[in-house]
This record gives sequence, structure tokens and C-alpha cells, in this order.
Amino acid sequence: MKLLLIIVAMGVVTYVPRVVPLMALANRRLPAWLLRFLSSVPVAVLAAFAAPLIFAPEGTLDVSLGNLNLLAAVPTVIAAVWRRDLLLSVVVGALTVALLRIWL
Amino acid sequence: MTARDDFRAGARAAIPIVLGYLSIGLAYGVLGVAAGVPGWAVVSMSVLVFAGSAQLVAVSLLGQGAGAGELVAAALLLNLRHILYASALAPLLEPMTRGRLAWVAYELTDETFVVATQAAKQRGRLSFPFEVGLNGISQLSWVGGSVLGVVAGSFVGDPERLGLDYALIAMFLGLLALQMRGRREVVVALAAAAISTVLWLMGLGSTGALVATVVVASVGAIIRPGTGPDLPTHVGTATDGGPGTEPGP
Repeated sequence: MKLLLIIVAMGVVTYVPRVVPLMALANRRLPAWLLRFLSSVPVAVLAAFAAPLIFAPEGTLDVSLGNLNLLAAVPTVIAAVWRRDLLLSVVVGALTVALLRIWL
Repeated sequence: MTARDDFRAGARAAIPIVLGYLSIGLAYGVLGVAAGVPGWAVVSMSVLVFAGSAQLVAVSLLGQGAGAGELVAAALLLNLRHILYASALAPLLEPMTRGRLAWVAYELTDETFVVATQAAKQRGRLSFPFEVGLNGISQLSWVGGSVLGVVAGSFVGDPERLGLDYALIAMFLGLLALQMRGRREVVVALAAAAISTVLWLMGLGSTGALVATVVVASVGAIIRPGTGPDLPTHVGTATDGGPGTEPGP
């Protein structure tokens, strides 16, 4: 029940930025500073969520070869930059971790 | 053009989106189940939220035991970019009632926005039936992909054996790579990653990621290199990958 309420709240905060400008800001441009702020958000938020999981999966900084999340990030990033294909990145990342768990 | 013709044209325009959403939706469903989120919640999010990156972050946060505040704040931040799309789409629509605008807005995503703007170049202003066809078919494929993913995920068994616990991180990295268009994006990503990691090490949990995002986006808005990024740049970002490589809704 609590989870459903959270999902509904997520739906509301997702809907507001979709519907308010469509109704209110028709034919008007947003202020330039807001556009610049918004333009950085997608990249910043993804990097901010991914980085701690990669560099500190156990809560402390770990840049050793024993950090599977960091090791697997290398082929994942190479695949992602090379082919720009989301599914390929996921397959390469998951496969690398699965193999490293067998070998290490 | 009758309403039915317009609806069909919209549905046809959605075909490239359908292929992308089915596959990414499937991956999202598998990831959600692997993170320990109940199947009904995974699918409800696709119906009620319909925003791919926010949903992926949400299942990751749920798996880490994050609180309601963090989940809702993350969804808000990740979806603020829809302000850009909504304000750009408004002038491309035929005049319509507020109720119909409310309907169209509900299914506005990176991809439906891009396809709508392309269609408007050929067709002129878009009608309500066209938008319902385009958006409705798109969301249907996203929900369908999610259901398939939940079903597939429950057959997988121990997700760690297949490295599926890493799939989410890999998807973040893949999404990031798709957004890299120049030095600005690289700097933003590195700064956000560094600040977020430091805050995480200080024990702020996923709240640190949200703080890092706001700080970096604000600094980026103040020290802009040259002119501010305009909307076409954004549209390009969303279309670059082509169908099948899209980040989901």
C-alpha cells in the first residue's frame, strides 16, 4: 500500500513538468537560465547515481582490482561509447560481472 | 483527414518507438524483479509514471531500501527535462480543450516528443487523435515490455549468477554515453560523479546524488560556455541512437 502511494506520488511529480508548460507556456520561451539548468540535469543525475555504485559499492572508496563494479565498467563504457547501443551496454556489463564472478 | 485516419497515422509514426520501448521495457522489468521490487509495482510504474530513467533509478533505490522522499525527489529531478519538451510541443498542437491537452501531456516522453516534432514538419499542427495514436501505442509497448520483463525475470532465479545486479549500472553508463555530445557533458558528468561519491562516502546515501545533481546543474547554468544549449541540441540527443538504442520513455 505504501509502495503504491510512493508510485502515485512519483507519477504526480512526473506529470506536473509535462502538463503545466503544455497548458501555460504555449508559444512562450522559458528563461535562458532555466534552460541551461535543465540541460545539465539528465547527465548530472545519471553520473551522480552511477558513480558511488561503481567506486564505493561497499560504502568505502574501492579503486582496487577486487572491485567488480569498477572492473566491469571498463568494457561497459567501451561498448557504450563504441556502439551507442543501450542494450549492448547492459549485456556487456552483466556478462562481464557474471564471468568475473566465475574466474575471481 | 478524419479522426480515425489521424489516429492511424499517429500509431504508424510510433512503430520505431515500439521496437525500442519493448526491448528497454523488458530490460527494465527484469531489472526491477532482480532488485527485489514486486512485479505489480514494476508494472504500475510503467502505467502511472511512464518515464524510463526515473523508473530505472526508482527500482535501484527500492532495492537499496531508500525512503519515499528520495524516490519522489529523484523522479522529479529526472523528469524536469519534460518542461523543455512540453513547452516546445505546445505550439505544434492544434487548438484543443484543456482536458485533451492534459491527456497528451500524460504520455509525453523524449521519444514521443521527437517523433511528434518530426511529424509536425510534414503534417503541420498535430491533432488530438494523432497524438493519442502516437502516444498511446508507445505507452502500450512500454507497459507490454515491462510485463514481459517481469515474467522473464521471475524465471531467471538468482540474478547475481547472470550479473543482472550489474545491469542497472551498465544501463546508467549506456544512457550517459548516449548523452555525451561534447566537453560540457563530460565535465558535468565527472563533476557530478565526484561530488556524489564524496557525499556518499560521508554517509548521505542517495540524497547525496540529488544534492550533487542540483549543485552541478546550477554551476553549469551560471558558468555557461558560449550560448546556452538550445532545444534542437536536446532533440538531437534523443534521436541519435535510432530505434532500439533509445533510453526508454
